[in-house]
Amino acid sequence: MTYSVEIKQLDLAFGAVKVLQGLDLNINEGEFLVLLGSSGCGKSTLLNCIAGLLEITDGQIYIKGENVTWAEPSERGIGMVFQSYALYPQMTVKGNLSFGLKNAKVPKDEIEKRVARAAEILQIGPLLDRKPGALSGGQRQRVAIGRALVRDVDVFLFDEPLSNLDAKLRVDLRVELKRLHNQLENTMIYVTHDQIEAMTLADRIAIMKGGQIMQLASPDEIYNRPRNLYVADFIGSPSMNFIEGHLEGGSFKVDDMVLPMDGYDFAAPQTADRPATIGIRPEHVVTGELVPNAPLQFTVDVDLVEPMGSDTLVYAKLGQHPFRIRMDGQAKVTVGETIAIGVDPSRASLFDKATEDRL
Amino acid sequence: MVDATVNAQSGPRGPKPKRVISSTNIIIYGTLFVVCLYYLLPLYVMIVTSLKGMPEIRLGNIFGPPVEVTFEPWVKAWSEACTGINCEGLSRGFWNSVWILVPSVIISIAIASVNGYALANWRFKGSEVFFTILIFGAFIPYQVMIYPIVIILRESGEGITWFLRLFNEDASAFRLMGSLSGLVIVHTIFGMPILTLLFRNYFTSVPEELFKAARVDGAGFWGIYFRIMLPMSLPIFVVAMILQVTGIWNDFLFGVIYTKPETYPMTVQLNNIVNSVQGVKEYNVNMAATLLTGLVPLVIYFASGKLFVRGIAAGAVKG
Repeated sequence: MTYSVEIKQLDLAFGAVKVLQGLDLNINEGEFLVLLGSSGCGKSTLLNCIAGLLEITDGQIYIKGENVTWAEPSERGIGMVFQSYALYPQMTVKGNLSFGLKNAKVPKDEIEKRVARAAEILQIGPLLDRKPGALSGGQRQRVAIGRALVRDVDVFLFDEPLSNLDAKLRVDLRVELKRLHNQLENTMIYVTHDQIEAMTLADRIAIMKGGQIMQLASPDEIYNRPRNLYVADFIGSPSMNFIEGHLEGGSFKVDDMVLPMDGYDFAAPQTADRPATIGIRPEHVVTGELVPNAPLQFTVDVDLVEPMGSDTLVYAKLGQHPFRIRMDGQAKVTVGETIAIGVDPSRASLFDKATEDRL
Repeated sequence: MVDATVNAQSGPRGPKPKRVISSTNIIIYGTLFVVCLYYLLPLYVMIVTSLKGMPEIRLGNIFGPPVEVTFEPWVKAWSEACTGINCEGLSRGFWNSVWILVPSVIISIAIASVNGYALANWRFKGSEVFFTILIFGAFIPYQVMIYPIVIILRESGEGITWFLRLFNEDASAFRLMGSLSGLVIVHTIFGMPILTLLFRNYFTSVPEELFKAARVDGAGFWGIYFRIMLPMSLPIFVVAMILQVTGIWNDFLFGVIYTKPETYPMTVQLNNIVNSVQGVKEYNVNMAATLLTGLVPLVIYFASGKLFVRGIAAGAVKG
């Protein structure tokens, strides 16, 4: 089977600085792939390489089975949407939409047809004769998406397209993007540092760090079975609780506590004892009347309470270790109180302390 | 409670009034007034003198307005004043200057804008080195290059003659040294460092994503230059034009070295008229000639005022 986008052993160096190193990535036809990572991890750089805006040092890029490593950006069958919209300020919306088509010498009536179709899909029909300066942020980003849309490309590239919008608009456009993907069924590659965007939009997420892909998996997999400590820490808000201890004979030992890891899905049969880190998501901790049913039960001392309306975030101490718990918004907790909590080991994550990989 | 609200609404509104006569204002306007006087007084004297007849000037009251306004000095400066044996006035120098100015400005701006665009947006291997060398050129004193350029102009003129004679044995000798086209080349080259810097800085301030978007849209080097960059950079073109027009129009050194008497630009001719030591010094004619020569830059400044400020602010700040 041919992939929509195929990246083989991609290297990119700026002088002596290696930004991307031996990167392999296969993206399926019609897939929505999100490149997620903190700033400086190389995600935008990778996108620019796919677009052909950066000359790569080594490796190959295939789009639709065709080697486009040395092709011009316009010849690769890609459309790109930028964070700053990058609309041509002196052209009208219509001029912006048709600029690429005119360069490709598409016949006039065909241009009209495609612009009209894009305007209808994105509901920007009434704006066609305006200049970008007279549009709001959301409208500008819609036009920018339209510019990729009219070109009838195989692959859409998004470079943090929602980062410049205010919070409410961002949610609206996020939903619209998802709808657009369902409607067009194009391959979409989307760069963001926002994990909510990644989780909601993606078919698969590639989490990047230091120019390498840490984990490439479905949002569900990434959330529930993070491959290493970095991914576990990066995904989830508030982030996972980590407690360092020892794994001995299928039980996790920390201080004087012994946590039998019954039901935990080990990646490989555990033979040797080793130092390990256990990770428990704040939202996977149960409280109140659910505690007696939980396989593991503790008591914690409440340090600080942050009510957030729908949830209440509790900062507590489990023995010596800081421990965050996400409780229902209606839960009544006071500072200094000692509460009972329950944890299910099958929902926890164990990491080797030395390699930081999932056990 | 109700009364209080009404009072609050009907009370004084708007920003706190400022006193017009404050010590700060007196200092600011006082300084401005003195500076204005310093620059305007010579201009006033020149205008007034140029409108007087010689008998009135001899009375010695240089600040007095003309008793009898006469435009004869202006006419004389333009079409009758003598330099050496030639008595055509400044008009010939004016047209020479125009023929030097127009091609120099157009060619230098055209080349420098493409230079700046390429250096800002198409980072090629060695572009930084190229840029550094170009900027270095801006700091080399002109005097160092005068004689080498004389040789270059002479030799390349001969080279072109040789080339022309390959096709036509009777072709007349082509001269760059002493001709207007030679001076145009010199002005174009000397404008290059500062203009390239100006354009590069301006194009660097254009968001990079715009450039990337145009590349994805299939526009090439020239497509992006003409259809994206040019329409966005009117202010910087106006600045470059002003710099070049005033610089080239006011140039004296290159004009006097690389041309000959028939092709002298206006500034050189003005100097020859004003500094001629024979006969009576006609102050009124000299003043009129000087004003005529200064008219072109003056008009350019007045016509482009706002755009000039915008361009300077946009292009010249970042280094």
